Amino acid sequence: MLATLIIVFREVFEAGLIVGIVLAATEGVARRGVFVASGIAAGVAGAALLAAFAGALSDAFEGSGQEVFTASILLAATVMLSWHQLWMASHGRAMAREMKAMGREVARGDRSLLAMAVVVAVAVLREGVEVVLFLYGIAVSTQAGALPMLAGGALGVLAGALVSWLLYRGLVAIPVHKLFKVTGWLIALLAAGMAGQAAAILAGADLIPAWGYQLWDTSWLLPESGMLGRALHALAGYSDRPMGIQVAAYLAVLTILVVGARLIGRRPAPQPAVARVS
Amino acid sequence: MRLSREALALLLAVPVNAWAADPVTLVLLNNQFSPSEVKVASGERFRIEVQNQGSAPAEFESTDLRVEKIVVPGGKITVMAGPLKPGTYKFFDDYHPETTGTLTAVDSVAEK
Repeated sequence: MLATLIIVFREVFEAGLIVGIVLAATEGVARRGVFVASGIAAGVAGAALLAAFAGALSDAFEGSGQEVFTASILLAATVMLSWHQLWMASHGRAMAREMKAMGREVARGDRSLLAMAVVVAVAVLREGVEVVLFLYGIAVSTQAGALPMLAGGALGVLAGALVSWLLYRGLVAIPVHKLFKVTGWLIALLAAGMAGQAAAILAGADLIPAWGYQLWDTSWLLPESGMLGRALHALAGYSDRPMGIQVAAYLAVLTILVVGARLIGRRPAPQPAVARVS
Repeated sequence: MRLSREALALLLAVPVNAWAADPVTLVLLNNQFSPSEVKVASGERFRIEVQNQGSAPAEFESTDLRVEKIVVPGGKITVMAGPLKPGTYKFFDDYHPETTGTLTAVDSVAEK
C-alpha cells in the first residue's frame, strides 16, 4: 500500500505543483475556480481516455507516438502560459492595485482563464495517464491485496492534492503587490521548463537534433530522481543531464517572456486612468 | 558530390548509427526483465526495444539513460539512448520499482 501511495503521489505531486501556481497566478480573478476545476476534470477524463488507447498511441508515428503527443501538449501549455504571462504584463498592475483597494473580491476579466484551464488540463492529463495505467494494472492483476493497493493510490492522490493546496496557500500569503511578480517568475520558469522538456523528448526520440546529449551532469549534486530534483524539474524544468537543444529552448522561452513582459509593461496601459498613475 | 553532401547533412541531423545497429531487446514477464543485464558499445547511440508480455501495463524507465515510456500489456516500445560513457546504468519498471536491470556500456574498441 505504501509503495502504491508513493508512486501515485509522485505523479500527482508534479501536476499539483502546476495547479498550485495557476491558482495563485489567477488569485482574485472571478470564476477562476470554475475554470481550474474544469481543467482538472478535462485532464482526468482525457487521461482515462488516453490510457485506453495507450497501445495505439505508442505505435503511432512509427513508434514515437508517446513522445510526439507529450511534446505537443507540453508545447501547447508553453504557448498558453506565455499568453497568460504577456496578458498579465499589461493588466497585472491594475489588477494588483484594485485588489489592494477592494480586497480580494475583485471581479476581473477572464480572458486568460481559458489559457490557464488548458495548462491545468495538460498537467493533469500528462501525469494522469501514468496514474490511470498504474492503477489499472493493479486492478487487473490477480494478486491478493489489490484493494489496499488501490486505497494507497487514493491516498496518493489526496496527498498530491494537499501539496498543491499548500503551495497555493503559501503563495497567496505573499503581499498582494508582490504576488503577481512572484507568480510571473514562476509562470515564466514553468513555461521555459515545459519547452525544454518538449525539446528533450523530441530529441530523445531522434525527431530533432539534440545539439549535445549531455551538456553537464549534476546528478551527483541534485539528482532529478530525488524529491527535490523532481519538484524543481516540474516547477522550473531542472534537468541533471540536459541536452543542448533543451537548454536552448529553455533560454529562448525564458528570454521571450521576461523581455516581452518588460516591453509590454513599459508601454502605456490601454486605460488612461492606469497610465496616469505613477 | 552533391548527393553525398546531402547525405552527410542528413546524418548530422539524425545521429550517426541511429538505425544501423540491432536494438537491445528486453522482455518483461512476471515482473522480470530478461535479460536483466545487457551490454552496449559506449559512445554510440542505440535503441532499446521493450516487449511487455505480462498482463499489466509497465513503464520502462531509466533516469541514467533519460528514458521513460509506457508499455501496455502485449505491446512493445522502442526508445533511443546514449551515447554513453563506459559504465553501468540502471533501468526499471516504474510501476514495479523492484523490477530492475542493468545496462553496461563498454569501450567498443577495447572489446573488439
